[in-house]
Amino acid sequence: MCRDCGCSLGPAATRAPLAAAPSTPGRTDTIEVITAILGENDRVAAHNREHFDAEGVLALNLMSSPGAGKTSLLEATIRALDGRLKVAVIEGDLATENDADRIRACGVPAVQITTGNACHLDAQMVHDAVHDLPLAGLDVLFIENVGNLVCPASFDLGQHRNVTLLSVPEGDDKPAKYPVMFRAADLSLITKTDLLAYITEFKVERAHAALRQIGFGGETIELSNRGGEGFAAWLGWLEREVAAQRERTARGATARPAIQPEGAAVHAAGRPTR
Amino acid sequence: MHELSVCQALIGQVEKVARENDARRVVAIVIAVGPLSGVEAGLLEHAYPVAAAGTLAEHATLTVETVPVRVRCRSCGAETGAQANRLVCGDCSDWQVDVIAGDEMLLMKVEIETAPAAVH
Repeated sequence: MCRDCGCSLGPAATRAPLAAAPSTPGRTDTIEVITAILGENDRVAAHNREHFDAEGVLALNLMSSPGAGKTSLLEATIRALDGRLKVAVIEGDLATENDADRIRACGVPAVQITTGNACHLDAQMVHDAVHDLPLAGLDVLFIENVGNLVCPASFDLGQHRNVTLLSVPEGDDKPAKYPVMFRAADLSLITKTDLLAYITEFKVERAHAALRQIGFGGETIELSNRGGEGFAAWLGWLEREVAAQRERTARGATARPAIQPEGAAVHAAGRPTR
Repeated sequence: MHELSVCQALIGQVEKVARENDARRVVAIVIAVGPLSGVEAGLLEHAYPVAAAGTLAEHATLTVETVPVRVRCRSCGAETGAQANRLVCGDCSDWQVDVIAGDEMLLMKVEIETAPAAVH
């Protein structure tokens, strides 16, 4: 089973105590802290964002389930851009260089992060990958996260925008099943729309409604990697975001994905939550 | 699935607090987790002993407070409870709401034991 959550270790109750507690009691104190548990990851993510901003690079975090078409989207995007934007890719997978090889075959630099058993990328992994990737002169850095609709949503990588993919074969109720992931998106792409003719049970309107129900307030584009109207809209979004990033960098500003942990801010202000 | 990573980050934060306060060991930890944070309380509790082994927090109890999802409506201004996959106003059913609680993943309290005061 998964080494990351410790689930192979059996129920806690059956485990022997690791060691005896110290027997001489001292003085006990309770310290109120109220800090983000992932504070260290957030610190490294902010540092990554500074690197990206220093070079004026737009960083996008691509998230979806495995097989929704993240790598194919990148291949088609690189081909369609035809050098108009300078692109590099960080690929996250449990194993293999396959995806980075596919991107390199398109003539674009790529660094593969293999996470072993880890189910998501974190800010430190991206930081290490960026050291192998010259950022100077780039317009867009795509970070293709590990295919997973759960864990990647909890880790800031230093990206400016989150893009999630929902492919037609997955079903139009995916946002309702994985609300945390889809809520984190700035742009939601409904991919493989060329399959709508065969998978008639997928209703684009129902996917939109499911996104609204989880408080998704961003843009949605339906597209097929095989071209068409939606693909042009995606390239348009990309070019607008690159222009916005250049404008921000020129005035020393930055951007973070739309969803901020507002609950954390409420706690920090000392307001009760129940 | 990522709860062990989260627990390791938690232990890092707890050990920092413990060291800053000259703790001999950590007795108890209280965290607050909302359904929209993407972590599961049960899995955190399960992963905790693995992450805490060999640290100052090895024998500490972990209490996970679950924070219910609450939203504030942009139309009618009501603050109501909501489900993670149905973030709509409980009063007027509008979907244009702001999440005001339920997405947190916070370390709230650390109870530490310091060396007993010297006897005079």
